[in-house]
Amino acid sequence: MMELHRFPGGIHPDEQKAQSAARPIHAAFVPKKLVVPLRQHIGQPAKPVVQVGEHVLKGQMIAEADGYVSVAIHAPSSGTVTDIGLAAVPHPSGLPDLCITIATDGKDEWMARTPVDWRNTDPAALRGHVRDMGIVGLGGAVFPSSIKLDPAGNPPIHTLVLNGGECEPWITCDDRLMRECAEDILEGARIMQHLLGASRVIAGIEDNKPEAIAAMRAAAQKLGLAVEVAAMPTIYPGGGGKQITKTLTGLDTPSGGRTTDVGVQVFNMGTSYALARAILHGEPLISRIVTVTGHVLRPQNYEVLIGTPMRELLLRAGERDGTTGIIMGGPMMGFDVPNPDVPVVKSTNCVLAKSAELFPPKPRELPCIRCTQCVPVCPAELQPQQLYWFARAKDLGKAQEYHLFDCIECGCCSYVCPSHIPLVDYYRFAKSEIWAREKEKRLADTARDRHEFRLFRQEREKKEKAERLAAKAQTKKAEAPVLSTPEQDAKQKLIQEALARAQAKKAAVSPKNVDNLSPVKQAEIAEIEARRAKIRAIAKQPVEPEQP
Amino acid sequence: MTASAHILQKGSVTRVMLLVLACLLPGVLAYVWQFGWGIVINLAWASILALALEALALRLRSYPLKPFLADGSAVVTAWLLALSLPPLAPWWLTLVGMLFAIGVAKHLYGGLGQNIFNPAMIGFAVLIISFPAQMTQWAAPLSLAAQPLTFGESLGFIFGGGLPPGLGLDAVVSATPLDTLRTGLLQQHTLHEIQAASHVFGSVGGVGGEWVAAAYLAGGLILWALRIVPWQVPAAFLAGIWLTAGFLHWADAGRYAAPWFQIATPSAMLGAFFIATDPVTGATTPRGRLIFGLGAGFLTVIIRAFGGYPDGVAFAILLMNLCVPLIDAYTQPPVFGAAKKK
Repeated sequence: MMELHRFPGGIHPDEQKAQSAARPIHAAFVPKKLVVPLRQHIGQPAKPVVQVGEHVLKGQMIAEADGYVSVAIHAPSSGTVTDIGLAAVPHPSGLPDLCITIATDGKDEWMARTPVDWRNTDPAALRGHVRDMGIVGLGGAVFPSSIKLDPAGNPPIHTLVLNGGECEPWITCDDRLMRECAEDILEGARIMQHLLGASRVIAGIEDNKPEAIAAMRAAAQKLGLAVEVAAMPTIYPGGGGKQITKTLTGLDTPSGGRTTDVGVQVFNMGTSYALARAILHGEPLISRIVTVTGHVLRPQNYEVLIGTPMRELLLRAGERDGTTGIIMGGPMMGFDVPNPDVPVVKSTNCVLAKSAELFPPKPRELPCIRCTQCVPVCPAELQPQQLYWFARAKDLGKAQEYHLFDCIECGCCSYVCPSHIPLVDYYRFAKSEIWAREKEKRLADTARDRHEFRLFRQEREKKEKAERLAAKAQTKKAEAPVLSTPEQDAKQKLIQEALARAQAKKAAVSPKNVDNLSPVKQAEIAEIEARRAKIRAIAKQPVEPEQP
Repeated sequence: MTASAHILQKGSVTRVMLLVLACLLPGVLAYVWQFGWGIVINLAWASILALALEALALRLRSYPLKPFLADGSAVVTAWLLALSLPPLAPWWLTLVGMLFAIGVAKHLYGGLGQNIFNPAMIGFAVLIISFPAQMTQWAAPLSLAAQPLTFGESLGFIFGGGLPPGLGLDAVVSATPLDTLRTGLLQQHTLHEIQAASHVFGSVGGVGGEWVAAAYLAGGLILWALRIVPWQVPAAFLAGIWLTAGFLHWADAGRYAAPWFQIATPSAMLGAFFIATDPVTGATTPRGRLIFGLGAGFLTVIIRAFGGYPDGVAFAILLMNLCVPLIDAYTQPPVFGAAKKK
């Protein structure tokens, strides 16, 4: 038994996992329409490589990675591209985003799939392949895995952690995946270990998932892999990257840093599984396991094609009366989706149907009484109540000084707050304000640089022009005055005539608001015009006659 | 759009405040047992005033009445002030105190959660400065009173000022042990002489008062066990009193009261567990709370020994309230992973 460590803070919310964990993963189904967003990962959105009307096969790349921090997107099933444009997506902002819509043909026809001999492939090429297979972290952060698999950092990665924490209430997708596909997960881990050069692989699983722990241990034994499978105490947010690193290795990730700073790389179980499918079977990331639970008749895990509208999942799991909304993700860190037609994306680990009983409306927010109940539960050991005051007062400098950016937005503080203050909302607001200001500052800096250069350029041109004119004047003085030649006069005359023609034409063409008036009105206008002309004539005369 | 978290732990400001009131009950019971019915009348009167003044202030500030009246904070303020006043304090004394506590110290500073000073202590400070005579007319412990007042007689005295025929004021009120000490010392008596001459001194603290102090301690320990108050503040506050009083007593035992006597006063125990622990006006960091408590304890003894008033708990806590922003700013604990960064 390996030694475990206790990360600071944390809470014990109701687990609510039994409902969905009992049933096996439901096989994938093909909906009539798939809406596949181009921005499903951290970084640059993918660039479409198909056109509207084009027929695509299952697994075919429909958008390519745009840059280093980006991944490709693939058609989840065969069919026809019907639209490339804005559509509703699951995002806390509620704003639509660019999506490729595919009308499926029901054949679910695969493209040619080619496994990769990863042991004999150049690591850089292998990482490029991982990117082109659309692999991202499926724990929720959706960071491109190709980048995380690049060990070219300092210090070297000594430990690969497979994250089976799944600490959020209600969610069981990783639990079921570990129970049913433990070998595939470990095959993926083998490739990760190869790319990272890690000497140690630890699978950390919370002890409320004994079946998953047993399945992973059995699979490790069967494959002959030296993977340590650790049963971690169930504490939310024990599945956070820094938290699981602390629990399994005892290492403290530096404030403002990442787990790689202490030589640990953390991957979600689902990511490892997706990597194995991509490398060993040639299947890009076009589906994932999603827990459909909450206020539904049959809570269950589904293998879901990316782009499947969430409504389809609710229908299959048995939609019930009194559904008040859908949370994507868990009740601690998830967010309300704008409507049930938004698609499942790579980061969708759970579709949680709400009802008034399961998620009663929150009580009224009262002022903070500085009781500091939020302090002992904060896994980042922040002072949430101080950050709240700073965020409220928009004292952003102070908020940063008090390590606002170490906040992982786990929601423990909001959960325990007796004043029911949505603290995480305040921190998100403060963070986005800071980002916006930094962006503004960058833009302002650029604008100022440009303006200064423009002034410099204008000054320089003025000087150059003055010098040129001075030089010209010198030469002019030296030469004899040039008289007008007959050719020049003829040219001038031609120009004058052309100008006159153009003016006449313009006058004829341009419509006037006085064209279609009755004769009486026209007479009136003429009279007014005459009066104006008279006044103008008077005005042109000098006010006082000039002295003789 | 709502974000995390979608679920909440059971708990509310109301629950916190009700628990504070519940943990004050042992002290109240001991008070009734030792000093008679006056305190119950004062508590009820102060509570009514608190709710009325709170409602008025909320109305003037256009705040909704229900959630803020239900939070219970006004009643806690009322109880803390009532328990700090003489048990037979006239009705108008409580009224003036509550006006300053709720009206000035709480709502002029922005209401719940915004006040810099503990409202009950502001009320107390205004009264002791403005009405020192009334504030030192303490009800005599029942065991020392010539004829204890009944509930009806207490009510009559508090609201009408009249005593039953044949009963003088001296029969129902007496100076507190701290006040007796102070007066005696001013008359150049030694501590030993004062204690021998007066019968207000009990086995550790004052007669009656030491029981009330013990009951506050019991209630306070429950409050700590329920994790409503942190251990640092009461521990440091009592330690501050003990160390300061111990040093003075060691330096001149004829002038300065023993540390255990200082701790066994009701005001010290009430201050340690229920007033200095007010989260709104106290320090929020662990080290800050130790400093806050130690400072308040130190100042309490200094004011008792050298100040112009017999007791110093209220002023000590108010002075430390002033220092909270500074204390908090300089005692921020390291965040996760902070040590490794530098």
